[in-house]
Amino acid sequence: MKAAVIVFPGSNCDRDLMVALEQSAGAAPTMVWHRETTLPDVDLIAVPGGFSYGDYLRSGAMAARSPIMKAVVEDARRGVAVLGVCNGFQILTESGLLPGVLMRNRDLRYVCRDVFLRVEQNDTPFSNKYAQGQVVKIPIAHHDGNFFIDSDGHRQLEDEGRIAFRYCDSAGLVDNRSNPNGSLANIAGVLDPSRRILGMMPHPERLSDPNLGGNDGRALFDSILNALS
Amino acid sequence: MKALVHITLKPGVLDPQGKAIANALTNLGFQGVNEVRQGKYIELDLPDSDRASAAASAKDMCERLLANTVIEDYRVEIVDQT
Repeated sequence: MKAAVIVFPGSNCDRDLMVALEQSAGAAPTMVWHRETTLPDVDLIAVPGGFSYGDYLRSGAMAARSPIMKAVVEDARRGVAVLGVCNGFQILTESGLLPGVLMRNRDLRYVCRDVFLRVEQNDTPFSNKYAQGQVVKIPIAHHDGNFFIDSDGHRQLEDEGRIAFRYCDSAGLVDNRSNPNGSLANIAGVLDPSRRILGMMPHPERLSDPNLGGNDGRALFDSILNALS
Repeated sequence: MKALVHITLKPGVLDPQGKAIANALTNLGFQGVNEVRQGKYIELDLPDSDRASAAASAKDMCERLLANTVIEDYRVEIVDQT
């Protein structure tokens, strides 16, 4: 499996993503600077977390209009899988590859802690190594992670099974108390209609090695390898 | 021409920052503030010499970058350069 990781000024999870992808795929991804206008021939494009362009205007707004994103959108439309984590999710919504928007957290605070997620869909290139309904521990670290979409858009996501992960408690209960940022319907990750584009606020790359205090993120990268190689 | 762009959250979209500002105003003793909605204000200095083309390009900029129309409305005001 060949992967590319996009690097923007202000990205800070690009290397973590690279390490996690290399650990699962056995080959290092190509790091692609935001000023590039073409991508290498890859199976997966990963858009990392961080604070691209200092979150100016809106989180992800500047990065979504940077030169490389034209190539990302073109490749995505051709069927190349795309994973956006945290700021990467914000960039994918801003670029129109995923629906909805990530607003300021409900409590206006930057939240940085481990949370539990329920795997809502395991028939995707990103989650086939998880069990349906499995509860996993993955960290979040964001200020703008409050997912919002209008009611028609929400219904469509529910009806088409495009909500990949929801925030829950350790027993898998999805409620307001287990919602760290006010996201609509506890949505932590969404898929595009083809299910080959995933955006998620939690950071699977940060818990994908037991030495980091947990390994629940590893299966996401193993899923990608399983699906795309 | 100058374009003055006001970007506001659409009605019905929760504005936690506006709520926090309203609370702070109440704490300062300002009574009767029913609601606060926070937005953005952007000034554009444009090369257009007529108002219609300035308005059209500012609108295009709003649609493509300045506003996220999933949650935000925008209003463009064109003024002569002073």
